[in-house]
Amino acid sequence: MSEDTPQRPDERQVPKVGVDSWVATHAQRVEGTRLQAELARIPRPAFYAGFAVFAALLPAFTSSGYIVRVGFDTLLYMLLALGLNIVVGYAGLLDLGYVAFYGFGAYAYAMLASPKFGLHWDTLAVIPVVVIASAILGFLVALPSRRLLGDYLAIVTLFFGQLFVVVMQNGESVSFLGLTKHYDLTGGPNGIVDIDNWNLGGLHVGSVQGYYYCALITFMLALTAMYLVDTSRTGRAWKSLREDPLAAELMGMPVNRLKLIAFACGAAIAGLTGTLFAALNTTVFAINFDVSTSLIIVYAVLLLGGAGSIGGVILGAIVVNVSLEVLRDPNHSTWLFYILIVGVLVAKIRPWRVLAGILVATVAIGYALRGICAAAWPRGMQGEPVVGGALGSWVNGWVIHPATPQTIANVCFVLLVVAVLGLTLLHGWQRLVALPPTLYLAAFVWNNRLAVEPSVTRLILVGVILIVLMNARPQGLLGTARVEIA
Amino acid sequence: MLELRTVSKRFGGLNVITELDLEVKEGEIVSVIGPNGAGKTTLFNLVTGVYQPDGGDILFEGHSILGLEPHEITARGIARTFQTLRLFLNMTVKENVMAAAWSHTKAGIFRSILRTPGMRREEREISQLAEERLAFFGDRLMGYRWNQPAYSLSYANRRRLEIARATATNARLLLLDEPAAGMNPVETHEITELIGRLRDEGGYTILVIEHDMHVVEGISDRVVALDHGTKISEGTFEQVATDPRVVEAYLGTSETSRK
Repeated sequence: MSEDTPQRPDERQVPKVGVDSWVATHAQRVEGTRLQAELARIPRPAFYAGFAVFAALLPAFTSSGYIVRVGFDTLLYMLLALGLNIVVGYAGLLDLGYVAFYGFGAYAYAMLASPKFGLHWDTLAVIPVVVIASAILGFLVALPSRRLLGDYLAIVTLFFGQLFVVVMQNGESVSFLGLTKHYDLTGGPNGIVDIDNWNLGGLHVGSVQGYYYCALITFMLALTAMYLVDTSRTGRAWKSLREDPLAAELMGMPVNRLKLIAFACGAAIAGLTGTLFAALNTTVFAINFDVSTSLIIVYAVLLLGGAGSIGGVILGAIVVNVSLEVLRDPNHSTWLFYILIVGVLVAKIRPWRVLAGILVATVAIGYALRGICAAAWPRGMQGEPVVGGALGSWVNGWVIHPATPQTIANVCFVLLVVAVLGLTLLHGWQRLVALPPTLYLAAFVWNNRLAVEPSVTRLILVGVILIVLMNARPQGLLGTARVEIA
Repeated sequence: MLELRTVSKRFGGLNVITELDLEVKEGEIVSVIGPNGAGKTTLFNLVTGVYQPDGGDILFEGHSILGLEPHEITARGIARTFQTLRLFLNMTVKENVMAAAWSHTKAGIFRSILRTPGMRREEREISQLAEERLAFFGDRLMGYRWNQPAYSLSYANRRRLEIARATATNARLLLLDEPAAGMNPVETHEITELIGRLRDEGGYTILVIEHDMHVVEGISDRVVALDHGTKISEGTFEQVATDPRVVEAYLGTSETSRK
């Protein structure tokens, strides 16, 4: 026990029950290694400041506008996840309509600063309006749903999210109750284009770098605010609400009001993020805020980083968005594909002799099939491998590349899925025997079909990364392990 | 201090509480006993506003608390613990207690972000309050335990923490729902003493549900026995424990009288 232990108020001789070293050393058992313990001693603001310095220097290290643009998008995901973290991570409310607030902010900025209505407001005036309007919208959405829990809330908010997209998609001809003439509010499927750049009281933001710094400053401000709220009365109340709403209510916390505040705060951050999005892209379309494009990625960022953790938002956004970008290149994604497969094999198969046997068998099957193929079906050898680089020279030697791989690879893809499902039914030596052909099939399908279409496969790969990581660390990268029932 | 007048509560066709009158005076420790399903926890839920009664009135310090939200009732000065523990398991021990200070503190989000002097003073006060309330339990919940998550506590310590949390609301009336459930004899003895100290040193009025008759005997100024939602006996422990209706409620009628 440390020296700062306060004096107990009474020195009566009470029996020592429940005071033991096992409980006292709880922290060490949970924390694990010394490195983790040392890291935990560094105050969290130091990490955030370190991130800010690193992020601020990024544009200095690269002249590539593309990398800065990816950095900007990553910062947007960080901001969105930070707002979602209030609703999901703190208050524990499953809000599936979250990106609608992001879209609302973007559309609101577009309407107030574009030729659409001839309005060209100063950004310093737009931001407070958008933030307050988003917060009010969040409040209104939460109003009918504040008594709903878990999946019911999820359905209602999902509906709201879809409603937003549909309204924006069809808002090119709106009449108030059929009484007025029809106005074009949202541009419908054509969206709103030619949106003004940020204009901060005469200071025009024109370049990607400029927006990158705007996003960074916005994010750091939001992060600081969140960090301060985290250790305040409201932060504690939100966490209590997540842990046990009934107990929170009975300990004097107005649960319904706290939910409304959480929704409004999350919506305000999302709306603010929307103004950045609209200004850099100079266009907004309803499909930008679809469930399938943005909501899933924001949730992936939040859950991967660890719901309830502020630092996790940073790490989660970097992992998800940077992998999505890196995987646009077939060579990069091929590296990842083979590393994932070998990694899983290394983790799961013991002893290493069996592992080596399986890998050798896979390659052997490849050479054997090439031999057969060369004799029986020469066209099967005439294809051009997509995968290049060092990895390509290792892999292309034993994988067949037919001249027209489309059909055969599609069939093999179906076979692969069947084979993987079949593997789960086999055990022991049967599984070991079935593994090399399946692996070969996977390599064949990858090289001939999946590597060709990185826009699709990168999503599959990120999905696989998420599955692997969430299985290994269900609480997220920086989240703390939670106990539900104990 | 607390007064129930002909309070009734039905769930569908089941009368859980029927025209119950109950009074708790300032500074008293009143125990509620009764077999399982007698309506004891429902009584607590009615007083704390989780349920609304179908009839009758509930007065706290002379004012009706009917129709108030549970958090408003807590703010007026009634706090409770739960039979099945409901701690904020993934928050630290100290945070659990600090969170309960909500109703008598003010700082909102903006003041928290700006860290105004008033907000910082309030935070210090909340922190001090939590330490004081935890210190009430000896060194069980002190020192290194402040920063441990609540789920790492032993069962008995969780019960103590729940009481500490309830007192942090600055309530004057505590409703303790089976504080000795699941405790070993030493801990049970200790909790008996503790309830006495809560009244004597803390100045709380206490309404307690308890099955352990040793605890009931040790702490009660008055005992109320419930069965099927009605009061079947009231008085000192000796009076109630020897009341034939109470014996009957717990053990059933004798073979001869039933036939």
